[in-house]
Amino acid sequence: MSILINKDTKVMTQGMTGKVGQFHTLHCKNYANGANCFVAGVTPGKAGQSYEGIPVFNSVMEASAQTGATVSVIYVPPPYAAAAIDEAVEAGLELVICITEGIPEHDMLRTRYKMQGKKTLLIGPNCPGLITPDEIKIGIMPGHIHRKGRIGVVSRSGTLTYEAVWQLTELGFGQSSCVGIGGDPINGMKHLQIMKLFNDDPETDAVVMVGEIGGSDEEECARWIKSNMQKPVVGFIAGLTAPSGKRMGHAGAIISGGQGGAENKLAVMEECGIHITRNPAEMGKTMKHILKI
Amino acid sequence: MKIHEYQAKEILRQYGVPTPRGSVCFSMDEALAVAQKLGGSVWVVKAQIHAGGRGQGGGVKVANSVQDVGTHAAKILGMKLVTHQTTVDGQLVRRLLIEEGVQIAKEYYVGMVIDRSKQSVVLMASSEGGMEIEAVAAHSPEKIHKVWINPSSGLLDTEADAVARLIGIPNAVLAQARACLQGLYRAFMEKDAILAEINPLVLTVDQNLLALDAKINFDSNALFRHQEIVALRDLDEEDPAEVEASEFGLSYISLEGNIGCLVNGAGLAMATMDIIKLYGGLPANFLDVGGGASTEKVTEAFKLMLRNPNLRAILVNIFGGIMKCDVIAEGVVAAAREVHLKVPLVVRLEGTNVDLGKKILAESGLPIISAGDMADAAAKVVAAAKGA
Repeated sequence: MSILINKDTKVMTQGMTGKVGQFHTLHCKNYANGANCFVAGVTPGKAGQSYEGIPVFNSVMEASAQTGATVSVIYVPPPYAAAAIDEAVEAGLELVICITEGIPEHDMLRTRYKMQGKKTLLIGPNCPGLITPDEIKIGIMPGHIHRKGRIGVVSRSGTLTYEAVWQLTELGFGQSSCVGIGGDPINGMKHLQIMKLFNDDPETDAVVMVGEIGGSDEEECARWIKSNMQKPVVGFIAGLTAPSGKRMGHAGAIISGGQGGAENKLAVMEECGIHITRNPAEMGKTMKHILKI
Repeated sequence: MKIHEYQAKEILRQYGVPTPRGSVCFSMDEALAVAQKLGGSVWVVKAQIHAGGRGQGGGVKVANSVQDVGTHAAKILGMKLVTHQTTVDGQLVRRLLIEEGVQIAKEYYVGMVIDRSKQSVVLMASSEGGMEIEAVAAHSPEKIHKVWINPSSGLLDTEADAVARLIGIPNAVLAQARACLQGLYRAFMEKDAILAEINPLVLTVDQNLLALDAKINFDSNALFRHQEIVALRDLDEEDPAEVEASEFGLSYISLEGNIGCLVNGAGLAMATMDIIKLYGGLPANFLDVGGGASTEKVTEAFKLMLRNPNLRAILVNIFGGIMKCDVIAEGVVAAAREVHLKVPLVVRLEGTNVDLGKKILAESGLPIISAGDMADAAAKVVAAAKGA
């Protein structure tokens, strides 16, 4: 088991004829069961073409109808990416993963408003995607650092997620699923929703939760964990040394007016029973310590 | 992206929000000319820098004669204005706003931001004008009234009127308040703003509402569709290193410490700064080289870090995913050679082609200190910085 995706998931790539879309679609296709999972690409006006044997369609609706794909991954450039999400939502897909970085916040506000009452789940934007090791990889993470196992990982970052995963793998802890929810302030699924899925997944024993400065998503998740989570959680927050008011690379990573600071997040997480570490080199070790393996 | 107060007021006027009459000046002569043209008996001389708290730092003065305007202008232009939002050295004042003085009966606060947890634009209003909203939120949060705005209908008349009443704006000027609030909202939406504040919004003794101060920040990711906003950028107000970095697609922020960091990915870059501090050092910068760092990009990153006179050591922390470790290692070696690196360099590589990357570093003949994991890297770079 896993969360959100598995070896039977059928995926389309929106923006597959671009350089980035092609590069990552190929890597995903070559990972585990990817050849059976990546069944379609979408680029308006390019129907009839194909890439690595994957047919291209004009629209999400068409790709979905022809191939049965229920999930899409988006590599469309920032000015058009929100419209690509809208199209996938309109077509009634189950899950959309938007990798694109740099989408205007107002575009995402409009898109999130339109998504109200719709069934489609969104991961991202500005995220590495998600992976269920040895089954399927949807996104830009390096597949080989992962190992199949029973630890869930949820994070707002890209390479810091890889760091957490690698520490787990090195210590012999495989992962059930790893989800990068993205670094943008206006995004789809938050730590909280992913945590609920891990809690319900019988094949996840514990979770590593990686957050960063900005917003209050980690605090909201921590409060839910305190009264509901059945499994141990290890937590780390990046940005203890970040100055206030500066955007630290991610659009969402900014401390404004004393809100969203790492210290406050860590304090709330600790108070809610999360096993926090202030040392980013010890996320794996902390997990080992609490599982006493 | 930030702009000056006078530019923010110009935008607000385009959306029907009244402001005091005034004009930007770059010299004392211009200031005198503007004061004369404005007429009246009271003027305000305001330093234009991209930081708040200008009044407390001595950057805002009231003048009771044209001569006074000249005296204040001469004093403020060219001063290094220190506020709680500037560095300790302060920010050089190059521009002034000269405005007519107004007689204030009451001050209010109105502002808009994007509420990330509700994923909506929120209007905030308070009777406590002139104070920082963060201070009001900390001491008397009940005085802040919020309206989450539905993007399909915009800020309704009824919503604007209700919030205006809540903060104590008199019925006689309710129509003016509505125009100000709806103008602010339209400016916020149409210009892709992420923050817009009128603080204070003032009621004058002759019953007019005016934006006495204004601040607008824009979404850098939306500037591609706002050339008119890009034209307002004032590079003098930005850190030259950060400006140069952005030209090379690097995300760079200067900090106070002495250990330079070069990292791929924003989250890992922040975590690297954190672990340096945890091991007793202080980071000199935040630097994210992004997903596709070429040799040129890495070289540029080294040059940027080395421009900092406080720099004592450099830590390169790369988790190679799409970016392969051998490619990054070649970039690091080439960059270290080109800049004739004099400070100790600690490199931690992990991920795709890591062995090949480490081999390239080892065989380069450069005195590169290789590190195993992040903790090892932090310990080594902190020791190197102290020993140098």
